[in-house]
Amino acid sequence: MNLATVFLQLIKGMGVTIEIFFLTLLFSLPLGLVLSFGRMSRRKPVQGLSKFYISVMRGTPLMLQLIVVYFAPFYVFGMRISAGYRFTAVILAFALNYAAYFAEIYRAGIESMPVGQYEAAKVLGYGRAQAFCKIILPQVIKRILPPVTNETITLVKDTSLAFVLAEAEMFTIAKQIAAKETSVMPLMAAGLFYYIFNLAVAGFMEYLEKRLDYYR
Amino acid sequence: MDLLEIRHMKKGFDGLGVLEDISLSVGKGEVVSVIGPSGSGKSTLLRCATMLEKMDGGELKYMGEAAAWEENGRCVYAGKQKLKEIRKYFGLVFQNFNLFPHYTVMKNIIDAPVSVDKVPLKEAQERAMKLLGQLGLADKKDAYPYQLSGGQQQRVSIARALALQPKILFFDEPTSALDPELTGEVLKVIKELAREHMTMIIVTHEMQFARELSDRIIFMEQGVIRMQGKPEEVFGSQDERVREFIGKFTS
Ligand SMILES: Nc1ncnc2c1ncn2[C@@H]1O[C@H](COP(=O)(O)OP(=O)(O)OP(=O)(O)O)[C@@H](O)[C@H]1O
Ligand SMILES: [Mg+2]
Repeated sequence: MNLATVFLQLIKGMGVTIEIFFLTLLFSLPLGLVLSFGRMSRRKPVQGLSKFYISVMRGTPLMLQLIVVYFAPFYVFGMRISAGYRFTAVILAFALNYAAYFAEIYRAGIESMPVGQYEAAKVLGYGRAQAFCKIILPQVIKRILPPVTNETITLVKDTSLAFVLAEAEMFTIAKQIAAKETSVMPLMAAGLFYYIFNLAVAGFMEYLEKRLDYYR
Repeated sequence: MDLLEIRHMKKGFDGLGVLEDISLSVGKGEVVSVIGPSGSGKSTLLRCATMLEKMDGGELKYMGEAAAWEENGRCVYAGKQKLKEIRKYFGLVFQNFNLFPHYTVMKNIIDAPVSVDKVPLKEAQERAMKLLGQLGLADKKDAYPYQLSGGQQQRVSIARALALQPKILFFDEPTSALDPELTGEVLKVIKELAREHMTMIIVTHEMQFARELSDRIIFMEQGVIRMQGKPEEVFGSQDERVREFIGKFTS
């Protein structure tokens, strides 16, 4: 097999990798915000439950979570696992896992906001939701961009864990080709792909940071 | 009718009494300064009056409308909608400004009128430009707070409060976070407001300023109003504590 065909196959896998990446962000970023509200809730049961969830998601391997989410319908509910569920399970597990990390990032950001910002908004008549959306959240986003960048870069690499469910993303394919051809070249090529992907991610996040650089 | 009426206000933190029994009425156009040693409860009084802090007991009224009152020995607040209306009666200027750093000067001033009071954008902008002109900040409308000096930031925060056209304006040590050379420009603005008969309650350590400007001075100590009266009464008081306190600041 020549280089070109290897690349062609890898690129197909790359499409799936990119899909996992964006879908995970799409679901985990808002879910993380909701979870951080739960974590900061004054209602003890809500707070306790959120805290427990976050600690479990961060304290157990993502690979294990992928397997659990994939097989749970069968072992827990005795349902037959359909072929289409594989991809759903991957996204579900990634989103549930990354939401926990993002929740803690949001929480740190929200708690770092000076209380004077809330008080100024309150005295000016803003409602709670309005104050949060217009005054607090934009400033929180600026503050949490660096840790979110870290998490996002980790996510690019973590997508490769989907191989445990034999999801046809780039790493799974690279491994298959490498085994068949007894060559490390496909794996090196995959590595290069991840690296370039992350360069792009880092570049984009840097651009966002610059965009938010207009105030201090 | 009094603009603000506080009766028997009590407030404690974790069982520790901070305001003991404060009663205070402020009429239209009156300028009241609150002075007193650190920890005497001046900020707490302002925070309770502006509902940033819930009082434990007593009564709070603006324009004759009750925001809080006592029922069976407990302090109850009016409903959400009522409190929203009552909040429109007052504004508060903070010691450390609390401007919104991600908004320009203009946006800081117009955002609450537009998004809270539903003032048309055009009108809000005109109102803001007029205020900025009066406060000598017309050329700063597109600046961000971090690009301004402390004195300018405090003047913007005063404009932000005024843009909502409050009936009464509270100040909590508006010049304490400023370098001495910037204090004057903020005090000048407050004096200007007094000349226009803006009703104001000002917590301050600027004795000379309080003396010149106030219709009434309130001296607080350990959570109670130890003395109140016309500036010459308070500054000429024979009360030992008052004399000692004022002496510290005017020597
Ligand atoms: N949130 C709080 N929790 C606990 N104690 C508080 C709180 N806020 C104020 N206090 C206490 O209440 C007392 C009065 O505080 P306050 O800030 O009202 O004093 P002040 O007269 O404004 O003093 P200063 O001149 O230093 O600003 C102080 O003993 C303070 O420690
Ligand atoms: Mg104070």
